[in-house]
Amino acid sequence: MQTLIEISNLNLYYSSVHALKNVSLSIPEKAITAFIGPSGCGKSTLLRTMNRMNDMIPGTRIEGKLTIGGTDIYSNEVDVETLRKKVGMVFQQPNPFPKSIYDNIAYGPRLHGIRNKKQLDEIVESSLRAAALWDEVKDHLKRSALSISGGQQQRLCIARALAVNPDILLMDEATSALDPISTLKIEELTQELKNRYTIVMVTHNMHQAARVSDQTAFFLNGEVVEHADTEKLFSNPSDQRTEDYISGRFG
Amino acid sequence: MSMPTLPASKAKRGRTDAGSTYSFKNEKKSLADTVMPLLLFLCAAVSILTTIGIVVTLLTETYHFFREIPIFEFLTGRKWSPLIPPVSYGILPLLSGTLLITVIACIVAIPIGLASAIYLSEYAPSSVRRVVKPILEVLAGVPTIVYGYFALTLVTPLLREIFPQMGVFNALSAGIVVGIMIIPMVCSLSEDAMSAVPRSLRDGAYALGATRLEVALRIVVPAAFSGIVASAVLAFSRAIGETMIVTVAAGSTPKLTANPLESIQTMTAYIVQVSLGDTPRGSLEYGSIFAVGMTLFVITFLLNILAQYVARRFREEY
Repeated sequence: MQTLIEISNLNLYYSSVHALKNVSLSIPEKAITAFIGPSGCGKSTLLRTMNRMNDMIPGTRIEGKLTIGGTDIYSNEVDVETLRKKVGMVFQQPNPFPKSIYDNIAYGPRLHGIRNKKQLDEIVESSLRAAALWDEVKDHLKRSALSISGGQQQRLCIARALAVNPDILLMDEATSALDPISTLKIEELTQELKNRYTIVMVTHNMHQAARVSDQTAFFLNGEVVEHADTEKLFSNPSDQRTEDYISGRFG
Repeated sequence: MSMPTLPASKAKRGRTDAGSTYSFKNEKKSLADTVMPLLLFLCAAVSILTTIGIVVTLLTETYHFFREIPIFEFLTGRKWSPLIPPVSYGILPLLSGTLLITVIACIVAIPIGLASAIYLSEYAPSSVRRVVKPILEVLAGVPTIVYGYFALTLVTPLLREIFPQMGVFNALSAGIVVGIMIIPMVCSLSEDAMSAVPRSLRDGAYALGATRLEVALRIVVPAAFSGIVASAVLAFSRAIGETMIVTVAAGSTPKLTANPLESIQTMTAYIVQVSLGDTPRGSLEYGSIFAVGMTLFVITFLLNILAQYVARRFREEY
């Protein structure tokens, strides 16, 4: 598998807190990489460096290098908005805009200059299909996005992210607020999506990582302890701390 | 962790039913629990009774007035001349004066207030916000008479540099200063509404590649729209009811005009004028201030209903 995201010696500080320590990681293209680890270990922080969402937190300082497809995304030539268009993100809590289902999906494309009604219709349909939501909502696209269930809202958020045609999809504990059936649907969806997108997911659920990911990285106190193929990491971890964590001795 | 306590000793003492070990009798209900609700109700009743009193007074006096002057003549008359004969009570000049002031004030206050609210809520670092918001609130506490002199002695001379034909008393200067007075209100209320928009909505838009301005104008403002409309309408009714600034700076010539450079009289300024004079109680002029007051009351009442309707109609729930 080809590497798409290359992180080398990345350090991140929130004011005086050293949140990521010398992280180096290669994330493969068109596959699912899962980040696991106890709360506060830096996995979400690392995820948010990939679309520079940490930029908005005052007092954040980053050292080291993070390249996507060979380009250092923290170099001066990089336009943050263009970067975020290419690196979509789904959050822990479903956060649809208080608009119609249609307008939620069309929000991103409109932002990036698409005005043509027919083109927007096509994008809305294909994004909703890609997020396995089309059949459930196609008859009431004008209805408020807040009227559908939490699981549907989260798939709507995935569709919204896909609508701007990203290469990478970051999922920040995207199923932790959902019921088991909705979670299962989204897990199945990720298996479809990985044929077209590179997915990086943070999860606090080790079983989920084991079920859906191709590679897993285990984080502890801001460091990457171990990064390996998911199967190997769960069946034969090379670090004692990984073994302790996955066998439930802490965390 | 607080658990429902059922201490064994008390349970035994409280034993009532045969075979029951527990008692659920209230052992700490004091006199205060009985008296306080009544007291609180009385406090609430004070403001309700005051409102009823005001409405009743307004209605009776207005009724007497309208027995002399037909309501139709009052509402459509184009001449307001209560003191100098031929006496005429047509409220349109006072209404137009009030509207002129209010419109000028809103043209000043709504854009500036909204823009500063967007700046404070979306752009300003928290250190700036911590300084600016209290200053705004101080500005809102300046007595309106001070604003009135500010209009008369600073704004009017400045405006007369631009419009030399303008009189000392004019609608423009008063309107601008009323606008300045209500900026803090528009800004503060809109900023509250915008700050209440959840962080997660902004994050969602940023993650799609929206710029700060796009997030502000296309996510935050629509989501806070009902609050923003409410602040604008509140500002509007505040401007309609404003008294001191217009009394001091806008003049006392009731005139049906849309020219802001002229001297006008507002409904509130008229009420001041008559109240200050020695108008005998029960006379027609005396009654007229209640009719004008009633008109003001009805206008602000309708505005409040409108505000509620608009806020509900355009609400984006989040």
